[in-house]
Amino acid sequence: MFTIPEFPALQDAINRATEAEVLLALRSGSPGLNGLAALLSPAAEPHLSAMATRSAAITSQRFGRTIQMYAPVYLSSFCTNRCAYCGFSAGNAIDRRVLTFVEAESEAMILHQRGFNHLLLVSGEAPAKVGVDYLEELALRLRGRFAALSIEVQPLATEEYARLFRAGITSVAVYQETYDRDIYKQVHLAGRKADFDYRLETPARAAAAGMREVGIGALLGLADWRAEGIALGLHLAWLRKHYWRTGLTVSFPRMRPAQGEFKPLAPVSERNLSQMIFALRIFDPDVGLYLSTREKARYRDGMIGLGPTRYSAGSCTAPGGYGLADAGGEQFEVGDNRSLAEVSVAIQQKGFDPVRKDWDAVFQTKGDRQQAA
Amino acid sequence: MKVLCNGKAQEIAPGTRVADCLRELGLEASSVVVECDGKILTREEYESHELQDSSVLELIRFVGGG
Amino acid sequence: MLTIAGRKFRSRLFGGTGKFSSPEVMKEALAASGCEMVTVALRRVDLNNPADDIMSVLDRDRYLFLPNTSGARDAGEAIRLARLARASGGGEWLKLEVTPDPRTLLPDPIETLKATEELVREGFKVLPYINADPILALRLQDAGAVAVMPLGSPIGTNQGVLTRFQIEIIIAQAQVPVIVDAGLGAPSHVAEAMEMGADAVLVNTAIAVAGDPVRMARAFAMAVEAGRIAYEAGLGSVSKDAAPSSPDDGLGFLR
Repeated sequence: MFTIPEFPALQDAINRATEAEVLLALRSGSPGLNGLAALLSPAAEPHLSAMATRSAAITSQRFGRTIQMYAPVYLSSFCTNRCAYCGFSAGNAIDRRVLTFVEAESEAMILHQRGFNHLLLVSGEAPAKVGVDYLEELALRLRGRFAALSIEVQPLATEEYARLFRAGITSVAVYQETYDRDIYKQVHLAGRKADFDYRLETPARAAAAGMREVGIGALLGLADWRAEGIALGLHLAWLRKHYWRTGLTVSFPRMRPAQGEFKPLAPVSERNLSQMIFALRIFDPDVGLYLSTREKARYRDGMIGLGPTRYSAGSCTAPGGYGLADAGGEQFEVGDNRSLAEVSVAIQQKGFDPVRKDWDAVFQTKGDRQQAA
Repeated sequence: MKVLCNGKAQEIAPGTRVADCLRELGLEASSVVVECDGKILTREEYESHELQDSSVLELIRFVGGG
Repeated sequence: MLTIAGRKFRSRLFGGTGKFSSPEVMKEALAASGCEMVTVALRRVDLNNPADDIMSVLDRDRYLFLPNTSGARDAGEAIRLARLARASGGGEWLKLEVTPDPRTLLPDPIETLKATEELVREGFKVLPYINADPILALRLQDAGAVAVMPLGSPIGTNQGVLTRFQIEIIIAQAQVPVIVDAGLGAPSHVAEAMEMGADAVLVNTAIAVAGDPVRMARAFAMAVEAGRIAYEAGLGSVSKDAAPSSPDDGLGFLR
């Protein structure tokens, strides 16, 4: 099983890094974990531009001049966890709703009409409201109309992931939020999510179930971002060794203002975020990197081609937010309100192609119900 | 009666056991493995296993190799 | 220290026992190489010369025998040889070779995978000899192989690590030890493989047929050690780009 060293040990590794090690990591074809530590360290800060250049070259070599587009569909704002930083936290007084299948389909079809072929189905963690049965039924209803369906919901068991895979869900995102065990305990006050290790083992369960892709991430603002970067590198390397058939992605959700007035414990600047993205790209040339609408349009445009390979657009983080007039209760405010068309133009102006689908689930042979496209 | 030993026909007396055969060839039982009629014999079986007419015997050992 | 299937090895050089001019030279050369595991083949006893047991010169306490299945052309033959090897006191260790093409002696990936699956079920510790195919290496690992042995170049060709890019991928991905085998004709070749991060190398012909096999064995041992130390010490790589630039070139969008 994957285990994570204590945070102080990771911070030590970063603080020991020298400028010479940064330069070595920038030149190396495979910098390894020592190189990653150097690239995340303060010693690398004067070399941010060289890191951007290297990260851009690796990204373009591996992914070509393309950016994959996706949009989230929020299914439910019910949550049984109490997390200090989250708008959906069980204690917060917000309007909560769970979409019916008809409502969820109608949200999905609005995105379909806007040109999205890749949906990320998101919900708060309340298995009684959005459980495996719900997700399976929804996936079966949507699979014929979308190229790829991903989920970002509560951690599930391997067999449950396998069921959802058969129903047409091909990728799973589950973020550790923080790899710092102490901070994790501080901010996850109650609910199943308070179990650090169960969550840590979740990406491996999704991979073991046969998911084509598994996403990991840390919520930036909770703990030392440099050490989170090393932890993500360790987790990636472990998953690559143990589940070589599974594609891997990393997300960099930076804390946004949310209901509940939680202030970031360890603020992360745009410069810090960029360093982290470049470092992980140089460490792992194959990993898919997300840059969501949490970030401002100016920043997202600047980062096109420098490392990230997945952009969302036109996102709304409240259940029913695309089509229902009375939708309220967002998880967080977005930083980039532009439509898919506007973001696509920005991407094209930088000389990149906004791609709307990657894999057709219709080719999959391990589903129990083949679906006409 | 006749047996085929490592591809060569050999005349042996009825009642000959594998161990007798090895002694006659001057082979240490511990240095070879014996396959008789497609079945690998254990060292303990060498003394008891009686050869039949037209048995096929393979005597095998480690040799140099990369 | 190198560990394969729970057994520790001080030396990362494995020796072969074929093609030596005499058992005595073999014994001395293997001693000079410092190796702790040697490959051996299985053959019929020569009935014209039945007392000729060259393996008796080797101390079985000093060398772990790794029987190979050389000569096998498909999975069935390899499995038969494996069972004979075990009955010969070879233990569970097995270098699996399936080589249907007598010209190149290149290994058959499909038969090798089939045989590995069966032999793992039968309790063997299987070390398959393979072409340097990263996906095959992973499939064999998943099937239970305790190490993989990708070839540097076709056996006996002394061409060195021609499969370098593929072997780099195997080393990066595999969870089991990677032992580069075949085609390593000079100490510089094994140093290269070890610098890349190979866990061990296997050398037979280049030592056995050298003008002075004993001195050559020592040269290979030193090259293996040098390559390993260089790998562990962290080699600088060839400069690619990273030309000096001002800290914010191209990053004017940051706030």
